[in-house]
Amino acid sequence: MLLALLGLHAVLAAAAPAVSRRLGRGVFAVCAVAPAATVAYALARAPAAFDGAPASETVAWAGRLGLDLQLRLDAFAVLMVLLVSGIGVLIFAYCAWYFGPRPDLGRFAATLLAFAGSMLGVVLADNVLVLYVFWELTTVTSYLLIGFDHEKGSARAAALQGLLVTAAGGLAMLAGLVVLGEAAGTYTLSAMLADPPAGGAATAGALLALGGAFTKSAQVPFHFWLAGAMAAPTPVSAYLHSATMVKAGVYLVARLAPAFALLGGWRELVVGVGVATMLLGGWRALRQHDLKLLLAYGTVSQLGFMMILLGAGVPEATRAGAVLLLAHGAFKAALFMVVGIVDHQAGTRDLRRLSGLGRRMPATFWVAVVAAASMAGLPPLFGFVAKEAAFEAYLHGGIGPIGPIALGGMALGSVLTFAYSARFVWGAFADKPDVARAGHDGAGAHAPPAAFLAPAALLAVVTVAIGVLPSFAAGLVNAAAAALDPAVEPGTLALWHGFNLALWLSALVIVAGVALFARRREVEHLQARLPSMVDAAQAYHGLVKGLNRGADRVTGLVQNGSLPVYLGTILLTVVALPLPALLSGGLPTPDGVVAESLLQLAVIGGVAVAAIGTVLARRRFAAVLFLGGVGYGVAILFVVQGAPDLALTQLLVETLSLVVFVLVLRHLPENFEVHHWRLGQAFRRAVAGLVGVFVFVFVLAAGQARTSPPVSEAYLAQALPEAGGRNVVNVILVDFRGFDTLGEITVLAVAALGIAGLVRARRRERGDEEPA
Amino acid sequence: MPGSLILDTVTRAVFHTIWVLSLYLLFAGHNAPGGGFVGGLVGGAALVLRYAGAGSDGVRQAVRLRPEALLGGGLLLAGATGLAPWLAGREFLSSASLDIAVPIVGEVHATSALPFDIGVYLVVVGLVLGALVTLGAEEEQEEA
Repeated sequence: MLLALLGLHAVLAAAAPAVSRRLGRGVFAVCAVAPAATVAYALARAPAAFDGAPASETVAWAGRLGLDLQLRLDAFAVLMVLLVSGIGVLIFAYCAWYFGPRPDLGRFAATLLAFAGSMLGVVLADNVLVLYVFWELTTVTSYLLIGFDHEKGSARAAALQGLLVTAAGGLAMLAGLVVLGEAAGTYTLSAMLADPPAGGAATAGALLALGGAFTKSAQVPFHFWLAGAMAAPTPVSAYLHSATMVKAGVYLVARLAPAFALLGGWRELVVGVGVATMLLGGWRALRQHDLKLLLAYGTVSQLGFMMILLGAGVPEATRAGAVLLLAHGAFKAALFMVVGIVDHQAGTRDLRRLSGLGRRMPATFWVAVVAAASMAGLPPLFGFVAKEAAFEAYLHGGIGPIGPIALGGMALGSVLTFAYSARFVWGAFADKPDVARAGHDGAGAHAPPAAFLAPAALLAVVTVAIGVLPSFAAGLVNAAAAALDPAVEPGTLALWHGFNLALWLSALVIVAGVALFARRREVEHLQARLPSMVDAAQAYHGLVKGLNRGADRVTGLVQNGSLPVYLGTILLTVVALPLPALLSGGLPTPDGVVAESLLQLAVIGGVAVAAIGTVLARRRFAAVLFLGGVGYGVAILFVVQGAPDLALTQLLVETLSLVVFVLVLRHLPENFEVHHWRLGQAFRRAVAGLVGVFVFVFVLAAGQARTSPPVSEAYLAQALPEAGGRNVVNVILVDFRGFDTLGEITVLAVAALGIAGLVRARRRERGDEEPA
Repeated sequence: MPGSLILDTVTRAVFHTIWVLSLYLLFAGHNAPGGGFVGGLVGGAALVLRYAGAGSDGVRQAVRLRPEALLGGGLLLAGATGLAPWLAGREFLSSASLDIAVPIVGEVHATSALPFDIGVYLVVVGLVLGALVTLGAEEEQEEA
């Protein structure tokens, strides 16, 4: 069933372009079927998964590599599926209203659904290699989604940046996963985590895997790609950059942390990076004027928050992290949808040009208030419950020196979060006299249709409902956290814990946050004055530029366009590589036999004469004919030795090459050029002589160096009984070595197409008409 | 292309005979000298003769098929022959043979390697045809 659900995503994605031609925007309704079915199935299987009986499926793939298509729906996967597919359904509903009729809707819906399927695969995969495959599928599909407006250079650049950063991290992760798999002796994720490997290799593998998680989840210093990715259409941001893709890294860390958090440096690294990300993201969010960028940096900050909780491998924190995952998915998707509505209705997302929208679209305003308040961690909302749980987890101590750092970071980050949440609501909806005076009073903005707002409103309702009645989600969160780490004790989620330390901390955060928001102008000015110490985006651009320049240089050095240099390199390599083998094996001892028969002697004599003629010829045409003579002579030798098949092939190939030579010769001068540079000439002669002598000696030595019976004997014995053929050469070609032949004819076909392509390109260069 | 009338006439006379030989080599290949590669080369030689006599127009007249169709069809056939046993649960490209008694003709030894060999044959012919049609046409244009 899990596989069938993934298949449904793929099939509907493939069908989407055709569907959109028929139904227009109705394509989104059709696409929503796949995530909706997934949610329904996950809910149906949830009770069993909570009881520790996860649904799992295995399809054999390449078992010898440890690579089987293993899928597993445990309680944590249920939570992730509800996020990925549940929000997916809402996004598709939202898309139907966001987009006007446009011709490329089918392409958009197809890519978005393919992404949803890939993301589903990431959270369901129970084999680390399969996980990697789906992981990179999300990279590729998100590349297409970010660059959806492919006529805009900026969108393409942002998409490429996201691709390069996340794929580079993904490669590190692949290496890490392979190391872990080899250390654990299994590539099955659940088995690996149940019996985690330890030692140096496991540490290296786990830290490498973090490379993938950090890049995917936009942690410092890789956070810049997420801001760039805002070039995507807003529904894409609402989906990829809030609920799904960027959470893939958090997901992986959450899975691995309980098993590997105590390995050298993991916990310190993850918590440190998480704190830095949470603070940097929140700080940057406070100076953004584009509402979407504000949310993007807010997301970076929240991803850091999740890393601190889920990456530390501390049971209470893991549980708090699961709460935050859910809460963040709900409020962040709702907020991105609100930005899309504002952009759609008012024509801008710049908070310096927005004023009075709160009055003009009150319903949207209230949805935004609820979602932003949840993000800020205000009671009685879901986000508050999550933040309380987070503080609670780290207030207990006993985690070592990293505990207070995490707690302080979270508190400070929460202050920033409060401030940018307020900034968001104020920026989008407040009455701003100065903005209104400048003529941007949002007069043209109407309230959106109810159905456009409905998905965001639904998420806001969920945020309130779970906030007021947290026991609603307690079962899911407890089971999910226990699936990650059996040490997690089930607890209750409550709005009111009494006047404990966490509550006081929350109150402090709110007071500080209000103060920070009130001084927003000063904060903006301060940020503008502070030089950004290290600009990660610039480092990225420098790196890419350097790479390109380096590649140019290497190409210029290696491919300098000189045929003599190419040939000389190839020929000298031919000598240099086997030379050690020849020297270590000893020089051949002549056995005194020059030829076995008179006929053989005659043919060899002919070949020798033709070969000498080739070298001495002054005209190219003569040289080619002599060379052909060598080839035909060898063919006759094959006949004499009783190899008619080889002879036939040699004869035909020789003939065809002669024809090709003649075709080419017409472009070249009649005579070989005479070299005036003596040294160059001498060098060529030396190389030619060396190769000639070497090949002669090597062939003699190889003939004498046989240590095992020739393979031809086995082939001769097997040809008739096993392959039903008496012509061994042919049987080898089409049966024993059929795979090689398949490869060879593929090369032939590609070469033929290459010739056609080259000739056509030259013709176009000359401006000739294509012949019909 | 400066064609030669004599060569062209002679080629026209033997052209089809060469193709019969080429096909014979293809089908005889499993038990006697020959096979798809050699058969394809003999066919290619026929095309080369035709080219020498009447240029690439002559080649195009003689074979109406597009080289791309031969290349693609050959690859497809060879690949499908490999896939068929795999889909049936055996190893990729594993072969099977069958002796059938056909009336009049007599005993026929059919192996699954034959369609694979035909695929090789088509690719080789397609390669030569493609080279003569595109490279040859290029030559003629430059001379014109």
